[in-house]
Amino acid sequence: MITFSEERLNQVKKIVARYPEGKQKSALIPVLHLAQEEYGWLSAETMDYVASLLQLEPIEVYEVATFYSMFNLKPVGKYLFEVCQTGPCMISGADNIIDYIKQRLGISIGETTPDGLFTLKTVECLGACGYAPMMQLGKHFREHLTREKVDQIIENCRKEAGVLN
Amino acid sequence: MAVKLLLDKAHVEGIRTYEVYRREGGYRSVEKALKQMSPDAVTEEVKKSGLRGRGGAGFPAGMKWSFLAKPEGIPRHLVCNADESEPGTFKDRYLMEFLPHLLIEGLIVASYALGSNATYIYIRGEYAWIPDILEHAIEEAKANGFLGKNILGTGFDCEIYVQRGAGAYICGEETALIESLEGKRGNPRIKPPFPAVKGVWDRPTVVNNVETLAAVVPIINMGGEEYAKIGVGKSTGTKLISACGNINKPGVYEIDMTISVEEFIYSDEYCGGIANGKRLKACIPGGSSVPILPANLLLKTAKGETRYMNYESLSDGGFATGSMMGSGGFIVLDEDQCVVKNTYTLARFYRHESCGQCSPCREGTGWMEKILKKIDSGKGSKSDIDLLWDIQRKIEGNTICPLGDAAAWPVAAAIRHFRDEFEWHVNNPQECLTRNYGLAHYADPRPVAV
Repeated sequence: MITFSEERLNQVKKIVARYPEGKQKSALIPVLHLAQEEYGWLSAETMDYVASLLQLEPIEVYEVATFYSMFNLKPVGKYLFEVCQTGPCMISGADNIIDYIKQRLGISIGETTPDGLFTLKTVECLGACGYAPMMQLGKHFREHLTREKVDQIIENCRKEAGVLN
Repeated sequence: MAVKLLLDKAHVEGIRTYEVYRREGGYRSVEKALKQMSPDAVTEEVKKSGLRGRGGAGFPAGMKWSFLAKPEGIPRHLVCNADESEPGTFKDRYLMEFLPHLLIEGLIVASYALGSNATYIYIRGEYAWIPDILEHAIEEAKANGFLGKNILGTGFDCEIYVQRGAGAYICGEETALIESLEGKRGNPRIKPPFPAVKGVWDRPTVVNNVETLAAVVPIINMGGEEYAKIGVGKSTGTKLISACGNINKPGVYEIDMTISVEEFIYSDEYCGGIANGKRLKACIPGGSSVPILPANLLLKTAKGETRYMNYESLSDGGFATGSMMGSGGFIVLDEDQCVVKNTYTLARFYRHESCGQCSPCREGTGWMEKILKKIDSGKGSKSDIDLLWDIQRKIEGNTICPLGDAAAWPVAAAIRHFRDEFEWHVNNPQECLTRNYGLAHYADPRPVAV
């Protein structure tokens, strides 16, 4: 059963307080972010729970969760590589970086490594065009990507996860 | 020396903190506006400054403020559009990351002018680390009496809240942003009513870009008339340009809109020339939506005059031979780049970002992506080029919001100026997979640097 911790519930309360009385639906996207932080992705059960928290119909949550590309509607690996492939990144060599990551992880776009550590996704422009090629990893951007940098990032993730090479 | 009004303090050590920002003259505009000026007088200064919206449309900011309805007893809101998502654009991110207090200061003054007691910053979800920076600045401003209840003892109350989006380019369109802020899908609204009358929670609302709101600070400090003296014609003040692509020095630059495009690209003060000793082929000067220009039309107008980095000069020649200032996302392509492939990635972007409300955009963006992919991979026919032209023409002007136009323009301009490159792909289905078309007649008219 899905339930937020006391701390999370306090965060929800604080978010709802930003809006006028009765407009708690405005808290939906921020609360979905909290839920995804907690569970890694948004299951139907999680979305139903968010609906109950904000006194919304479940459909109001589903239609929003499916609209925005940052919400994961199925499980992803512990480390989600979201590599930009739009124009400015493309002309700065994003294709080569994507191919290299595929080769290093042995997966295609949209797939997760069998150990559940890495998922590779391509995304559209993230606003780092001057620092291309780039990807989002968790909360932060990894920019000016080269093969060496990709190697380093993968190694650091593995180390952090306690997986030996 | 170029005039800098926004980024002049960007490199001061510790400028992100209230203490240093204040010591460097920060929050003076709040003191001046709240203590010495009426809200309408603030709006009047912004009108006099000639400041145009820096998000892309270039609509006069002061005029937008003056449209705000002020019915008795109904709260009004200012919303800061920090959903920066136009490919090539990363200037607002720079401002928020390195000068958070400048934005907060501008927001307080603007909130006072508009009578907004609850102001929201809607920031794209991917900029996930920036809300912490902004919220910290808000806390500091509050602790020092510039936010919260009874600011500086003037009786004006104001709170600023940061709201993250979750990945949707369309939420940069102001009515989609408002829908998203209300916890809905980012489907743009039909206008009228305009947000100035019915915005967030049906209350009168002004939505302004980050850079626009930051510019309010120097406008109040120096006065609107002084601000209007900087720049040229209707391009007053300074503009942030985010430069990217095949240049030596990608980054965010503040320009005063009197410099030429040539100087911006080749001067060491700005882009520092084309990277790797290559030659300039083309440029998208104002974010991915605006027309791409070949080098010859970029540096000089069709009349042979020098083209400058401002609203009027960049659009000189209309869409036939000109482009637009747009958001200031300056994308440079060198001789090794393929215009067909570049246009394909942009078409894919717009298909991905179409909200799906209007058929011409929902269907048309997908068709354009597929046809461009076909041509790029050597499987296109000559009639595909005509079909592409036909589709873009039928999207433009036929949608609720400007995303349809934004998707159509890059395709139209690419065919308009680079039709021979498209035809070369069609006529050389094998060769186009192994090499690029190169410069052909788009050559940079400048001599090759040795």
